[in-house]
Amino acid sequence: MYRTKIFDHIILLLGVFIMVAPVVVAFMTSTHEAADIHRNGLSLTWGGHFVETYQTVLTREGGFTGKITGFNMMLNSMILGLGFAVGKIVLSMLAAYALVYFRFPLATFFFWVIFTTLLLPLEVRILPSYEVMNTLKLTNTYTGLIVPLLASATGTFYFRQFFKSVPDELLEAARIDGAGPFKFFIDVLVPLSRTMMAAIFIIMFVYGWNQYLWPTLMTTDEGFFTLVRGIKQILLVWVGSNIPDYNEAFALAILAMLPPVMIVVIFQRWFIKGLTESDK
Amino acid sequence: MSTVTDLLPAARGGTGTKTGGRRFGAFRLFGGQSNSGGESAAKRVQFASPFLPYLFLAPQLAIIFIFFYWPSVQAIQSSFYLEDPFGFGSTFVGMTNYTDVLKSGEYLGIARFTAVFTALVTFFALSIGLLLAVKADGVIRGNAAYKTLLIWVYAIAPPVAGLIGMMFFDQHIGPIVELARWFGWDIKVGLNYFDTAFSMVVVSVWKQIPYNFIFFLSGLQGIPVSVREAAAIDCRSGFRRFWTVILPLLAPTAFFLLIINVTYALFDTFGVIDVMVKDKAANNPITLVYKVYMDGFRGNDLGGSSAQSVILMLIVFVLTIFQFRFIERRVHYN
Repeated sequence: MYRTKIFDHIILLLGVFIMVAPVVVAFMTSTHEAADIHRNGLSLTWGGHFVETYQTVLTREGGFTGKITGFNMMLNSMILGLGFAVGKIVLSMLAAYALVYFRFPLATFFFWVIFTTLLLPLEVRILPSYEVMNTLKLTNTYTGLIVPLLASATGTFYFRQFFKSVPDELLEAARIDGAGPFKFFIDVLVPLSRTMMAAIFIIMFVYGWNQYLWPTLMTTDEGFFTLVRGIKQILLVWVGSNIPDYNEAFALAILAMLPPVMIVVIFQRWFIKGLTESDK
Repeated sequence: MSTVTDLLPAARGGTGTKTGGRRFGAFRLFGGQSNSGGESAAKRVQFASPFLPYLFLAPQLAIIFIFFYWPSVQAIQSSFYLEDPFGFGSTFVGMTNYTDVLKSGEYLGIARFTAVFTALVTFFALSIGLLLAVKADGVIRGNAAYKTLLIWVYAIAPPVAGLIGMMFFDQHIGPIVELARWFGWDIKVGLNYFDTAFSMVVVSVWKQIPYNFIFFLSGLQGIPVSVREAAAIDCRSGFRRFWTVILPLLAPTAFFLLIINVTYALFDTFGVIDVMVKDKAANNPITLVYKVYMDGFRGNDLGGSSAQSVILMLIVFVLTIFQFRFIERRVHYN
């Protein structure tokens, strides 16, 4: 019995090593100088150039236009992550409320209209989506960055399911007390959904922050680049340079993963709840 | 009972998707709330207002119509047209775009690679995730720490994982390249087709392990203690117990994850691939989604790219239908 436990721990430690080591190495290496990395390879020790490298990455004005800084990109990532998460919650709660708490003739039809969006991810319709955005003149805007990503029903179904599990007695009681649809929603349903909203918020923030394909298509103006979108640009600059700025690339990678990783680690319980109960 | 329940097989199997008292992901979206199932479980009391529900639905519907239905219809439409390269209108060409795509050796090669890539990523991500979940479920000491350390990579974006992967597979500084040299394998990512494919699989699997781990672990923790104890009395071999008792109980989770992982390998790995091939797709392995992107945005082949989009839509559609069918038939033993 004892021996099998030791064996279990060895496998788990190996798993932890494989999952954690690359990122630790990335962080440690980012604190070295580029030439040093070029000579000695990746590093597991502290290089002592943490402040310089991260300061450079965050504040140096780079890119083709020479205007975008790492800090700007971080801000854009934040706008995308927050905008997407908040938008998703607002839209899907309202839609789910209509579907669950109202009796109206087209309910089934609309349920299907919304349900169908689950069948096709954005990736399979990128080109026509891009054309639509061009027609609407929404390329290189925050609206164009965020709103099309909201066109999927995941959140709606999640809240629909949750609303259905809310006891009917609450609505009956609220109606006896004279509460209308708005009052019931704001004073009863929203407070009841708080945990659900937090869980969904975390999932959606991480999902939004990590978007890559859509921002790549939608933003050609560097002022709208997100950190994740900026990664490609760094790699393109690399091709042809003698000593690539390994340190800065790693630093940017670390910055790009920091906020979502922090959120997942700190709110782990809600994160797992949101993930296993909502899928995406 | 509304038509929704009748049309959607999963709705009838709604309560069947439970494992040890909890429901799973997307399935429960369509499942009913109670045993009565489906839409009939809607509220006994509802508001009756002539315009309010439409008001609440309006924002969601507007976005879906503009950003989902409009482009989807356009994709299907332009897949039947040949766009003039200079922008002077387009001509209807029927199925030509489809036959061109399906006859092209390049496309079929990419399709074959995508299939192999998807199979490998799905297999390794699932089995490593399952192995770690089973072990994490078994140990008591350090349980919470293991869990945190194993899931946090979920939050890393695919292209960021790709960037870190690039460094580890770098010609000059990559430790994996150095390790492989010991065994006489000279890895050249970006130059050698097989090596690039290998590194793409490694990075994609690495990124997906936490997701599978989370779901397998919560599936395992949903198995009642009484079942485990009964199994332990009946069967002393832990290994056999796992195959005959635990794994069948995990089947719904595993199947759900299978579909999710296939979707991940098909679509979400775009970031990994884009970073790792760095626009030099010439001799490098790419997936079908990447090909759609290349043809549409680099090659300006609107018709061909749209035809490919529609083919992908069909694949996803079949996967989804398969998912519902399968759940209805297989996963009924609770």
